[in-house]
Amino acid sequence: MSKFEFPESIRSRPVWGTLEPRAGLHHLMIADAEGAEAILDVATPELMAGAHIIFISKGTGFGDKLRELNPAQYYEGPSYEASASRIRRVLQDAKMSTQVYLAGTEGLMGQAMRECTNAGIPYTAVQTEHRGSTARRMQCVHCKGITEDVAIDPFVCSHCGLNLFVRDHYSRRLAAYQGVCVDAEDPGNVPKSVGIYE
Amino acid sequence: MSGAEKIDVTVTEIVPVNELVTRFKFERTDGGLLPTFSGGAHTVVEMKDGDITRLNPYSLMSDPMDQNAYTISVRRDDEGRGGSLFMHQKVSVGDQMVISYPVNLFSLDLRAKKHLFLAGGIGITPFLSQIKQCERLGGAWELHYACRNEALGSYVDELTSKYPYEANVYYDDQKQAIALEGLLNGQPIGTHVYVCGPKGMIDWVRATAEKLGWPRETVHYEEFLAPQPGKPFEVKLAVSNKVVQVGEDESLLEAMEREGVDAPYLCRGGACGQCETRVIDYSGNFIHRDHWLEDDEHASGEKIMPCVSRFEGKTLVLDR
Amino acid sequence: MTIQFNEETFRDDYTFKNSDWAIQRFPFPFHEDSYMYSVNMEQHRGGPEGSIYEKRFDVDEHYVAEMRDRAMVLADDPLRCQSLPHMTLAGWDLLELIMVSKSEDYPDLFELHRDGDQWRWVNKPLGIDDTFTFLDETTLPYGPMEYITRQAQGDFCVLDQRDDNLWMDAGTVTTQADWSLDFDIGMNFFEWHAPVPLAHEKGIFVRALKFLLNIQQGAPARRLNWTMTVNPLLDTSPENYHKWGVQKTTLTPENIGQKQHLRVELQTFFRLPRSNALVFPIRCYLCNFDDLMTMPKWGRRLHRVIRDLPEELATYKGFIDNRPMMLDYLSKFDDGLPTSPGIWPERETEPALNT
Repeated sequence: MSKFEFPESIRSRPVWGTLEPRAGLHHLMIADAEGAEAILDVATPELMAGAHIIFISKGTGFGDKLRELNPAQYYEGPSYEASASRIRRVLQDAKMSTQVYLAGTEGLMGQAMRECTNAGIPYTAVQTEHRGSTARRMQCVHCKGITEDVAIDPFVCSHCGLNLFVRDHYSRRLAAYQGVCVDAEDPGNVPKSVGIYE
Repeated sequence: MSGAEKIDVTVTEIVPVNELVTRFKFERTDGGLLPTFSGGAHTVVEMKDGDITRLNPYSLMSDPMDQNAYTISVRRDDEGRGGSLFMHQKVSVGDQMVISYPVNLFSLDLRAKKHLFLAGGIGITPFLSQIKQCERLGGAWELHYACRNEALGSYVDELTSKYPYEANVYYDDQKQAIALEGLLNGQPIGTHVYVCGPKGMIDWVRATAEKLGWPRETVHYEEFLAPQPGKPFEVKLAVSNKVVQVGEDESLLEAMEREGVDAPYLCRGGACGQCETRVIDYSGNFIHRDHWLEDDEHASGEKIMPCVSRFEGKTLVLDR
Repeated sequence: MTIQFNEETFRDDYTFKNSDWAIQRFPFPFHEDSYMYSVNMEQHRGGPEGSIYEKRFDVDEHYVAEMRDRAMVLADDPLRCQSLPHMTLAGWDLLELIMVSKSEDYPDLFELHRDGDQWRWVNKPLGIDDTFTFLDETTLPYGPMEYITRQAQGDFCVLDQRDDNLWMDAGTVTTQADWSLDFDIGMNFFEWHAPVPLAHEKGIFVRALKFLLNIQQGAPARRLNWTMTVNPLLDTSPENYHKWGVQKTTLTPENIGQKQHLRVELQTFFRLPRSNALVFPIRCYLCNFDDLMTMPKWGRRLHRVIRDLPEELATYKGFIDNRPMMLDYLSKFDDGLPTSPGIWPERETEPALNT
């Protein structure tokens, strides 16, 4: 059980759901780490008969359990980046009878969601469920660089070195939250970092 | 000010298309250019029929880039409230009329990888302008058009000869029907479906798409709800200080307009929300026929859409 | 209509100045002695002669200098002007709207000659004379939205209308009050307004959206919005915040009259015909406190508004730290006399300030 209770926030902060089976001929399921548990929870034989599971393990070892579900197609990738071109190819020829399910970290779901919307699927039609790490992908509004796996606030931009505070303002297009310079009005005065959800 | 901006036009052409459908062409009376519009838009035509003024929306079927003239097609409805009969019987070439600027409640989603058009009967009209737009500006499309029979298949010849691959026609009397499930299941991801036709066809397409898992935002429909007749009722208008008797064959909005009240409106078909009116007091039941208010708003008794909805009971007091 | 265009800067040495004419027509946004959000929309159908409301796209003495500043911002950061692929048609709609409006409203400054789809556009203040084919991007030096917004004051947000919502799918944003087009592009109406405090709970955005969705061709609307800026800096973007943010701390009681600017946005809304999109121009007017105090009513009223503004709003608008200093300055001009309702200065009827 690795479900985190996200606090209520502003309207642009994504709200993740709970996976449920939906009508369709094909079911594309993409997950990382503990997201596998969400797939295990929702899987039925009907779903698996038409399922293509793409899993990024991150050392969690759920691969065997997912394989045992007997999906029509199964792929385990070492990272999201390595899996991205496969995801794009599958979406390219998908039909409207395809349902998409995303599970795991916000970073994985955000990036996979972007591939779906680029292919023409409305984002509200893509199912999501958060599991595991609550670390964020952050875009530095100043240099536009993305810093991965941010769990503290403020943090240092891994590209330009500015100290940034973490906002809940989220962009689906960038699949990242916004980071803004924390000491612009008082240079050098950087508050001590705390966990984002503390 | 109510409704969209108005344009003074002259009827320059009337062409019977078949036994039920007649096409009308409008040009600006002052000789100027008409506004461009987006495919799927409609115009609201004012019809002065003796004491009665009717306002009916009709889809624009002409090329959106053609600023010289607008074209509409009107299907004669002998059982209706008289708007189509007026157009068919009382309008002549050379007549001056007033129409509204184009309003679009059925526009293309320009991000769609493909547009799938499903038309039934006179529902073909908005697709005619959308097809022209797609052809001119780019946009993959496909049409499936159900008609009662060949004699009543408006514009079938133009469509099938110009677009032999994209246009598919089905005749009811020959037992031809759109194979909807297979059609929808086989569409590439990113397709949007648009349906315009009789209520039964719209309901069937929407239900089937939902059943097959199509996302809500990819299903578009336009249904011109003509206000349904109903028992007469009385309404008190608190702001205008009037008591109005709403007749059997007129809508609450029309009754208010008849009494000189400048009530806001736009689509006149229960879809756009512009005529939303606050209920100050009531004792009775609402007959809500709009697509605009939520279920809880319908149940609350606090709001009504006068363009299509009615009331029965002892008292109705509106903030108008 | 002859306008003397200023040679001035909105950065570095900040030589920006408002002439008396500019001060008198400044859109003071407060119609009463306090402020709270409202859906304060009205029809954009002209206004008093010479006022900023009279023309569809107002041109003033700052036009040339503002366009020069925009060009600098875009050279430095091209991401301030973006258009998602499906919005090119809306860009052409906007180009037509601005060219037609400006050539009709300011015939001495702008000319538009059209022969079918062969168009010739003359912009005298900027020295432009371009011939191009309407709807053919290859005949313009930039995409249509970028081309025309490089020649029109204020930011432009082009909103796609879909699914009973508005989507910020294109824009040119170089004079914004601290939000990022690059981040917000693709968001819907509620999402891009997410950071605004208090307004969501009041249902402001639900009502505003309903109104905007029903704006039709030929019937534009407008409203005013406002914030505060230290120095006449147009480019108060989040992108450069780490550079300009510190300027807020350079205010002193001696310089506040010159440096503290009321920044008012004239927001207009036009339906675009071929794309059915909605364009949302945000025209920025700046006026420093010293100049505002030359209008007695504004002198009395501004103090009261700033004094009584809820803390969340002052924080969101970025001046909470400077508020005490602002009130010290403004209170000198508030003699407690009553003010008339409405935004106009009323120099003839309002008593002069005792200063």
